[in-house]
Amino acid sequence: MSRVLTVARNTFREAVRDRVLYNLVFFALLMIASAVIVGQISMDIESVVMVSLGLSAISLIGLLIAVFTGVGMVSKEIDKRTLHAVLAKPLHRWEFLLGKFAGLVLTLTVNTTAMAAGLFLAILFVKHSIVRADATVVVAVYFILLKLALVVALAMMFSCFTSPLLAILFTGGLYIAGLFVSELRSLQLTQITPQMQKFLAFLSYVLPNFGNYDVMGAAAHGRAVAPGLILHNTLYTILYCAIVLGVAAAVFSRKDLK
Amino acid sequence: MTAPAIETQNLSKDYPFGFLHLKKKSSLESLTMQVEDGEVFGLLGPNGAGKSTTIKLLMGIIFPTAGSAQILGKPVSDVAMHRDIGYLPEQPYFYDYLTATEVLDYFGRFHGFSSAERGERVQKMLRKVGLETAGKIQLRKYSKGMLQRVGLAQAILHDPKLVILDEPMSGLDPVGRREVRDIILELKNAGKTILFSTHILSDAETLCDRVGVIAGGKLRGVGAPGSIVGVKATGMEIVFELPGSAQQSEQLRAKAKMSGTSYHLCVGEAELYPALDELRSAGAQIVSVTKIKPTLEDFFMDLVGKDRAQAAAIEVTGK
Repeated sequence: MSRVLTVARNTFREAVRDRVLYNLVFFALLMIASAVIVGQISMDIESVVMVSLGLSAISLIGLLIAVFTGVGMVSKEIDKRTLHAVLAKPLHRWEFLLGKFAGLVLTLTVNTTAMAAGLFLAILFVKHSIVRADATVVVAVYFILLKLALVVALAMMFSCFTSPLLAILFTGGLYIAGLFVSELRSLQLTQITPQMQKFLAFLSYVLPNFGNYDVMGAAAHGRAVAPGLILHNTLYTILYCAIVLGVAAAVFSRKDLK
Repeated sequence: MTAPAIETQNLSKDYPFGFLHLKKKSSLESLTMQVEDGEVFGLLGPNGAGKSTTIKLLMGIIFPTAGSAQILGKPVSDVAMHRDIGYLPEQPYFYDYLTATEVLDYFGRFHGFSSAERGERVQKMLRKVGLETAGKIQLRKYSKGMLQRVGLAQAILHDPKLVILDEPMSGLDPVGRREVRDIILELKNAGKTILFSTHILSDAETLCDRVGVIAGGKLRGVGAPGSIVGVKATGMEIVFELPGSAQQSEQLRAKAKMSGTSYHLCVGEAELYPALDELRSAGAQIVSVTKIKPTLEDFFMDLVGKDRAQAAAIEVTGK
């Protein structure tokens, strides 16, 4: 476990020293600030607009970091051959992969927390108070973080057996497909064959359900999120990430490095 | 009897290529060799011979197509055995956002050293490779030679029993090369087993107990460095001068090559004494007589030439 933490710590340190991440967080905070302005010109619903835009900014920036950094996490190490010296240490490849995942999730947690703090400052600025209902914003941010962890796992898995560009495309494609899992499940089409219907149902259970993480509407309107959903999403993310990282580790463990 | 430090049996590596990866190129063919405990073993060969492939297979960076390998009596897939191995990759590249101290500290953590022990070892290694004043500088500002030194430091940081160095002299200036040679000799005196790859014969001659010559993915011979390349002299070189009073034989001038004030004459071993007699009678002053041994370059070129001829023959006959 200490070896996983060593890799995670170094991954986090790399992110801290990478100025691109700061730029992205700055950009997100700028978007949150602009949400305040947009909110002010939206009569009576300034808080709703501001929270929606703010959470969208956090989600978008987080997704960009998760996809691009997640894909580059392993492929960059292979390309630059930094892995050679690392894997010569008493370290399993799966430990390296898990450490990288943990390090990036930690980085995203810090970034997301910083952006969420900016959003709360904006809420405080507009509403002059933080009320109990605003706790849903915290849940929404937590769900964004869970979603990002899953995206990182997918990005890392794809980068283990394909080129970075394809890995980005696959991760992005799977994310978009995952947003419509609920629709896929409830799809009732008369024209398609029963076999196709079964296949679509199967697909809806295999694809990562990113729609479940979207509680921005509830957060913007101050509606509470059911505790059951928080538990469900947490367990779902842990399980899905474990499976995806398991596949990634299996592929990576037999991969010839350059 | 102690088990060999490294043992390979029919170790082979093919790389797929082409669209759909249906074709295969062999990078290493049935390598069977042993490196004994406590010896310095050099893997010699021209570029692309299969030296780095062998080392990568031993380090588990790539996986064999066929065959097996053991290090310190354990299969190379056993990661725990890496506690006893130090490895310097070819043209090492480390996280350039870290300083040398941080990189060494990072690698030290994998070996479970305490913070104090890591600090002590890191400083000792930085001194050993001559980087004690550059320890706080980010690696992105390091020269190739300095990175090579960091690579060497991380390879021996944990005092391993076996050190595997892939082209350790690469990118180093003469002073750096000498320092690396000294470190290898120091490790040898400390009883460590060392396997290193090189294409520079003088390095192998100075350091190795035995060498293995690889060319075209095949092991062409194993033995002491002198015996493997230059077993037989290909001739004798006589260096002589012709003083003004000497009878300046035109025949001698034609046969010899002039270099500065002296002449170099190459003759077969059987023709040495007649040639010396002839020179003496012409009034020449003999400066030196030395055996001409083939250089490693000649040896490699010969091997590569044979491989090409064989490949051409296969292409022609289709077998």
